Amino acid sequence: MTDNPGRSLQAGPEQLAYARILEKGMYFSLLTLIIIYVIYVSGLLSPYIPLHEIPKYWTMNVHDYLHDTHIRDGWAWLGMVRYSDFLNFIPIAMLAGVTILCFLSIVPILLKQNDRLYAGLALLEAVILGVAASGILGTGGH
Amino acid sequence: MTKLNKLCLAAGVCLLLLTLWAQPALAENAAAAPQAGDGYPWWVWPLLLLVVTFVMGIAAVLGGVGGGVLFVPIISGFFPFHLDFVRGCGLLVALSGALAAGPGLLKLNLASLRLAIPVALIASTFSIVGAMIGLALPTNVIQISLGATILGICALMLTAKKSEFPVVPQADKLSSALRIYGVYQEASTGQVIDWKIHRTPQGLLLFIVIGVMAGMFGLGAGWANVPVLNLLMGAPLKISVATSKFLLSITDTSAAWIYMNNGCVIPLMVVPSLIGIMLGSFVGVRLLKVAKPGLVRWIVIGMLGFAGIRALMKGLGI
Repeated sequence: MTDNPGRSLQAGPEQLAYARILEKGMYFSLLTLIIIYVIYVSGLLSPYIPLHEIPKYWTMNVHDYLHDTHIRDGWAWLGMVRYSDFLNFIPIAMLAGVTILCFLSIVPILLKQNDRLYAGLALLEAVILGVAASGILGTGGH
Repeated sequence: MTKLNKLCLAAGVCLLLLTLWAQPALAENAAAAPQAGDGYPWWVWPLLLLVVTFVMGIAAVLGGVGGGVLFVPIISGFFPFHLDFVRGCGLLVALSGALAAGPGLLKLNLASLRLAIPVALIASTFSIVGAMIGLALPTNVIQISLGATILGICALMLTAKKSEFPVVPQADKLSSALRIYGVYQEASTGQVIDWKIHRTPQGLLLFIVIGVMAGMFGLGAGWANVPVLNLLMGAPLKISVATSKFLLSITDTSAAWIYMNNGCVIPLMVVPSLIGIMLGSFVGVRLLKVAKPGLVRWIVIGMLGFAGIRALMKGLGI
């Protein structure tokens, strides 16, 4: 049983703010993802790789796939969004990016509560996710 | 039915109808084009993915595991896709499930942001490291390690105990300094539970390993998060499960970016998987009332065991 009446059963304002942004971002990204996928599969917009050729590539490792299709890694897809397959990357990036937005949004709330430690941790988390998203971390490849 | 349920149901039906509607034209296309390795027209695979991940979503809920942990070994074991793309897709599947569940769990105050942030900092940093290691190592090494990990998860599922309300005599210094504690109301009894945690440094150290494994294999890491939060750090089971699910939305985000930036995302695979597993999860939640979770859990362990052995055999070239 609770022995501390000062603690609340309700989530704190920063937690609720985080939840609201996450919810909106998730719905919006998911809806966009579905619409764009329908455009892609229905052929309303041309893809970079014809749909019937994709099974040839998904059996390869990513290095060979990128080499054979002449696709560049990182954010190069942004320059190819005129193709329906690359258009799909916009909602996927939104799904993967909404968490960064959530962390950034709670920093001012935490600072207002004078919770500098958690404001710093939230900012640090946003930076870590931002670095992962930036594409500056290369890999050794296969 | 929630907004998300409706959205996913509509999307699933649309995808199914679209694929069936387009089938004759696509079949012509496929016949005209040179067939890729497996000999099946392209539309067979997204359709199969939709069906298989739908079943997987049901099994995941009933078996008490995340979708990602079923997705990677089963899809890499029995579908023609390369492990690089399966891991990228698996992370997005696990991420979407966590993003869908996260807001509700945070609003109910079952997922604790104060507990999640320090843990997420460690796990997400090391999931980046794991993803980089996973993409640098040869596929057969990853496949063997994945098989061994999946068999380890089976053993963990068979042996790990759970504690509804672990006894935490005193919060440790670190968790006190971070003010990681909370209160929640147990819905079944109406009891108000005051919780705190201990052994925080040891728990954080274990999240280094969990982060690396999540990133390396593209698995959601709920199977490891919950025992560490619950049994080691002493968070109540409901807080551990909810915080773990929310935590995946952060850990998997960092690893997903690495896979995405390295070209490991093929949209034709991602969307049906994502919709299938979400739809399956909704059906699973409804079936939970009538199904026998014990039996389903055994089926899930059996499926994982089979997929783990298959991954080991593939890695060893047997």
